[in-house]
Amino acid sequence: MEKTQEQTPMLKVENLGISFGGLQAVDSFNIEVQKGQLYGLIGPNGAGKTTVFNLLTGVYKPTTGRILLDGEDLTGRSTTYIGRHGIARTFQNIRLFKNMSVLDNVKVGFEHQYPYTVAEGLLRLPRYYRQEKKMVEHGMELLEVFGLQDEASYLAANLPYGQQRKLEICRALATRPKLLLLDEPAAGMNPNETAELMDTILFVREHFQMTILLIEHDMHLVSGICEQLTVLNFGTVLAQGETARVLKNPDVITAYLGE
Amino acid sequence: MSFISNLIGGLSLGSIYALIALGYTMVYGIAKMLNFAHGDIIMVGAFTIFTAASSLGGNPFVAILCGLVTCVILGVLTEKIAYKPLRGSSPLAVLITAIGVSYFLQSVALLIFGSTQRPFPKLFSLSPIRIGKDLVIKGESIVTLGVTLVIMAGIMLLINKTKIGKAMLAVSEDKGAAQLMGVNVNRTISITFAIGSALAAVAGLFYGLTYNFIGPYTGSMPGIKAFVAAVFGGIGSIPGAMIGGILLGVIENLSKGYISTELSDGIVFAVLILVLLIKPTGLLGKKIAEKV
Repeated sequence: MEKTQEQTPMLKVENLGISFGGLQAVDSFNIEVQKGQLYGLIGPNGAGKTTVFNLLTGVYKPTTGRILLDGEDLTGRSTTYIGRHGIARTFQNIRLFKNMSVLDNVKVGFEHQYPYTVAEGLLRLPRYYRQEKKMVEHGMELLEVFGLQDEASYLAANLPYGQQRKLEICRALATRPKLLLLDEPAAGMNPNETAELMDTILFVREHFQMTILLIEHDMHLVSGICEQLTVLNFGTVLAQGETARVLKNPDVITAYLGE
Repeated sequence: MSFISNLIGGLSLGSIYALIALGYTMVYGIAKMLNFAHGDIIMVGAFTIFTAASSLGGNPFVAILCGLVTCVILGVLTEKIAYKPLRGSSPLAVLITAIGVSYFLQSVALLIFGSTQRPFPKLFSLSPIRIGKDLVIKGESIVTLGVTLVIMAGIMLLINKTKIGKAMLAVSEDKGAAQLMGVNVNRTISITFAIGSALAAVAGLFYGLTYNFIGPYTGSMPGIKAFVAAVFGGIGSIPGAMIGGILLGVIENLSKGYISTELSDGIVFAVLILVLLIKPTGLLGKKIAEKV
């Protein structure tokens, strides 16, 4: 049993494609991410990287291809289903619930894990108190891992930028994902903040045994922590493989720097 | 003494507006649409209670329950059939659809009940309360005010202290992100409509008890005024809807008592215009920060 599970890749995408009107935004995209891997998805602007994330999370429905998460076919599933069954993400432009507290942001990710009915909540039946207590405990544990426990009652909007990034990762982890998607986590960060972010990402992988797929433009971050890379250009895979090798690929250099 | 009785009458009328305004504001805050058919749900609630009370042996609680259930089902169905397919399209399309639903409900009521006003059943015999020599307070007024306050408190607790409330707030801020966190957006919006419609049923009950007559257009004027109340208090804000509704009722009743019955509606709207000139987001409305 253990053996076969280890052989299934965490994420396997076959021949994924989508077109908007006449525009083929992503075409025959393949990727295989192993459990516990830190995988980078890079490419010039407009190459279709975020579209791939939107396909993986069910925001867009693919016109061709299949998405398998830990062996389960997620193709065509709703975003809510995918959110509850193993894929969580962060956003390039942070999309926290800004007018909710830091702890409440994390609690939204617990939505399906601590069930009680609306009636139980209204009438304050025992299960309501039990589940709410568990949610607060679990939420505080998660916040502590990221050093955000003292800010639990702050409005998310009032956190400094770096902590908002951390909270977004924390909120994504609250859904207990199998695969974490990070969309340009280093966007808008200075080199010191990026260095700290790299530590955070490595820590998340260790601590939660997480499989991580990230989009990034910062080559320092990519070459520093990603084990494998896929390079997208004009919606198709340009190169794929070990980071060091891919970054030396002349096609990749051309795509980034021009002829 | 007539000032106090006018004031209490205003508070009770304001409570009805507040109940309706709450429905408007919740739907606007969470589903981001103006449900102009909301007022007509009140009329449906009132007619359902009227029909149930006259045909089911007159047990008031059974009648009220029928009204609640009918309105909840109607509200949720309307959202599923008329509004959900338009989610994500232009707000104008949704607004026009809502107006269409409003006329549809009025026409159906006209078809079934005709245009004559029907007497609303006296479901409870509440004795008026006498304080001192001249001050008489109608029992209905006290019940309306009390029930409304309890409902408000319940809704505030629901939104701020429970999981579905968190889901509502999350959907209101960012539907897409909420969905990715595993929040079922459709269910959350349905529950919002269900709660709003249940409040409309309660408002229908109190409207009937206060004015004693109901007709197919019963819901439209209170609906518009409650919308005004919601804007007045800051649309999207729950305490705002409550304060807006109650203030509106008090202003209307005092104008009727001291200035002129005919002018009372005009005065209400004049006050709205004044408030919006001074504070465009309404009394408790939040300034919407521009995304940079």
